[in-house]
Amino acid sequence: MLNIFLERLRQKKRTVPYPKALPQLPPRFRGRPLINARRCDGAQGTNCRDCADACPAGAIAFDDRSPVLDTGLCTFCGACATACKRQALFFTTDWRLASSSRDALLVRPGNTKELFAPKGAGFAAVSLPGPEPLGSLDLKAVTPPPIRPFAGGGAFRRSFRLRQVSAAGCGACEADLNVLSTVVFDLARFGIDFVASPRHADALVITGPAPRNMKQALLICDEATPKPRAVIAVGACAISGGLFHEKSGATDGQEADGASALLPVDLYIPGCPPHPYTNLDGLLRFLGLSVQRPSE
Amino acid sequence: MGENMTTLETQTSAAGNTLFVRNGQAAAMASVPVLSFGMFAHSLQTALRDGARLSALFALAGRPETKDEAPCRLVAVLALDAAGLVQILAADVENAYPSLTPRIPQAHLFEREIHERCGIVPEGHPWLKPVRFSRLAGPDVGHADFYRIDGDEVHEVAVGPIHAGIIECGHFRFQCLGELVMHLEISLGYHHRGLEAHLVGGPDKRSLPLLETLSGDAGIAHAWAWCSVIEALSGREASPRGQLLRSLALELERLANHTGDMGALSGDIGFLPTHAYCGRLRGDWLNMTAMLCGNRFGRSFLRLGGVTFDPDRALSDQLKKRLHATARDVRGALRALWDSPSVMARFTGIGKISAEDAAALGLVGPAARACGLERDARSSHPLDGLPAPPELVSAPWGDVLARARVREREIQTSIAYCHRLLEDFIGTDREDGADDHPQALSAPGQMADPAPVLTPDSIAVSLVEAWRGEVCHVAVTGTNGRLRAVSLVDPSFHNWAGLAMALRNGQISDFPLCNKSFNLSYCGHDQ
Repeated sequence: MLNIFLERLRQKKRTVPYPKALPQLPPRFRGRPLINARRCDGAQGTNCRDCADACPAGAIAFDDRSPVLDTGLCTFCGACATACKRQALFFTTDWRLASSSRDALLVRPGNTKELFAPKGAGFAAVSLPGPEPLGSLDLKAVTPPPIRPFAGGGAFRRSFRLRQVSAAGCGACEADLNVLSTVVFDLARFGIDFVASPRHADALVITGPAPRNMKQALLICDEATPKPRAVIAVGACAISGGLFHEKSGATDGQEADGASALLPVDLYIPGCPPHPYTNLDGLLRFLGLSVQRPSE
Repeated sequence: MGENMTTLETQTSAAGNTLFVRNGQAAAMASVPVLSFGMFAHSLQTALRDGARLSALFALAGRPETKDEAPCRLVAVLALDAAGLVQILAADVENAYPSLTPRIPQAHLFEREIHERCGIVPEGHPWLKPVRFSRLAGPDVGHADFYRIDGDEVHEVAVGPIHAGIIECGHFRFQCLGELVMHLEISLGYHHRGLEAHLVGGPDKRSLPLLETLSGDAGIAHAWAWCSVIEALSGREASPRGQLLRSLALELERLANHTGDMGALSGDIGFLPTHAYCGRLRGDWLNMTAMLCGNRFGRSFLRLGGVTFDPDRALSDQLKKRLHATARDVRGALRALWDSPSVMARFTGIGKISAEDAAALGLVGPAARACGLERDARSSHPLDGLPAPPELVSAPWGDVLARARVREREIQTSIAYCHRLLEDFIGTDREDGADDHPQALSAPGQMADPAPVLTPDSIAVSLVEAWRGEVCHVAVTGTNGRLRAVSLVDPSFHNWAGLAMALRNGQISDFPLCNKSFNLSYCGHDQ
């Protein structure tokens, strides 16, 4: 018994101060990708398709010749940034990827120069190809993809109950949702909790590509959830089918297009799997709770 | 025949030619002995009696263009742990054959899988039900002929497919007499995503990312097993430093999951201090993987030929420091658990499996080692160029306590192994300049070709000891040098039957605890 108390004193409180303080993410963490229009050959009108050719998920399409990266399909593997000889496409450590708009998940070439902060002042760095050549991002200049707060942000702000359904997820998205309930993220301090019954839930949190064998169970679970309810798609699989999506070339009838194909989604959280901070940011903004206030 | 086609020994015995290969080596399909079915069954039985394990058993559909192959060829892959070899043998069958399962219980799920995929009937199989409900023309998922026990006081408890927590989906059907579980039937398939169908015809740029999702919490193990077979079939050697880094990532994956499991076991019996600490510490291990490669689950860290990031001296030092600090906290958290007599009392004698049952079912990993079976692919099938594997840990009791004990001790041996990897190899290697050792792989721009040309008409086998047990990948190429068939065996495929056995004559209220003590993968089974 004494050991338990001593260990508690030694290990101390470890809950992260998010969203008051910015998260510490590893330098190689691949969050939001950006495309520099000035350097991108495709955006400049040539037929360069290096990024799309490297992408295993088919997440890069072309609008005329200009690349459009769909973070709702992207597995954040970095193959595109590695393939881009001009370093026009790069990944940053910006973890804020969630949006209530499917269109807002698309990344198009733009003016990235104005997003960069003076040396050493950035809140997120370039993780691939690495911070050295490009630098870090200015929090005031980079706005996260928009989220329309659920029910106006009012009704559920102090109590939001989630029922998670793994629609053939691989276990990674599930693990990084589970971690939100640990002492590190302590989701309950925001009034958010995972519950066992859909009858007690305000939202369904869906992971996995929802292939044939999970469709019925998922729809029954949705039916059992009192309305109004929000639907939150977590991870590339749930958003679009990810690596398993319909155009993936599957031949045995097992291709899947995610939860989006079955239910109206209110919040998309991209990633493979989304980082716990990405999930937390999405949920807090969805409830109108999070305003990023960096201590300056 | 390429240089990689090393056939170590080709012996002649009463059973005809015998083919042995080492872990991660390829052989020509022509060198795989094709036996009569009777001889095939006899050879399997003899080998298993002598201590071999059935690592994979699958069917190759015959190619219509060649007349030399029967409609279907059964291919068996046996792991001979004592010799450090893998034996491959085959037999041609028509549309039906006498089932192996009555004589070889560990073949039960493999035979059901073959039946489901190819329609070949193993006659006399005692339990011929769908495995994944993957046939479009077959029954819908969950529509199975469940085993039932009748009686006035017998009741049935159905759980799932959707469970109460944040967990994958599957169905459990208990036959109970009061609190007593007489039988548990586990019916999965909900997570079937058709991975095999996605991979055949490859490899291509999607193959490895797909494999990383085969079982998301064992992505490193599956990626490594896949890289091994493709490297063997394409004649490309993995860089030695790449192998060391893969090994480090595999141990971090083991540490994260074992730590998480210890926390989950504590949570299930209401011992909250260790539950809370381990929940956090699991993340600390995952964050170390993220330091290495940017992703907490090691996604896109492994690539053909090596790995995508090579830690420099500074990062190695950082990792060493973190390893030290996290190891200290994990030890503290686990000491609190083992020091509590009430915890020990709750773990003891629950979910017991005998060593005989475990061996007959072909259990692998900590679940097997907790029954006293010394099975660990790291020691029995080591890859070249890696330091001596950590000491094999086992416990003889076969219950929840034993499965917890094995995990706890593996956490210690794995930490020591990571220390060694970082101190003696990864952290020191790099200073002498890149020329002394081939780069792990690829900084930007050096990504290996994800779709290499493979040696035609060959077979390769790889075994990787994931945290749940042995991952076995088998790949067979066709005449065009593309993948003709793959067999991906997750440790859960062997071990789900172990969970069902562990529940027999136990209390239904012990199910969550037993389930956690195995912590098997649904998607690893369902693919």
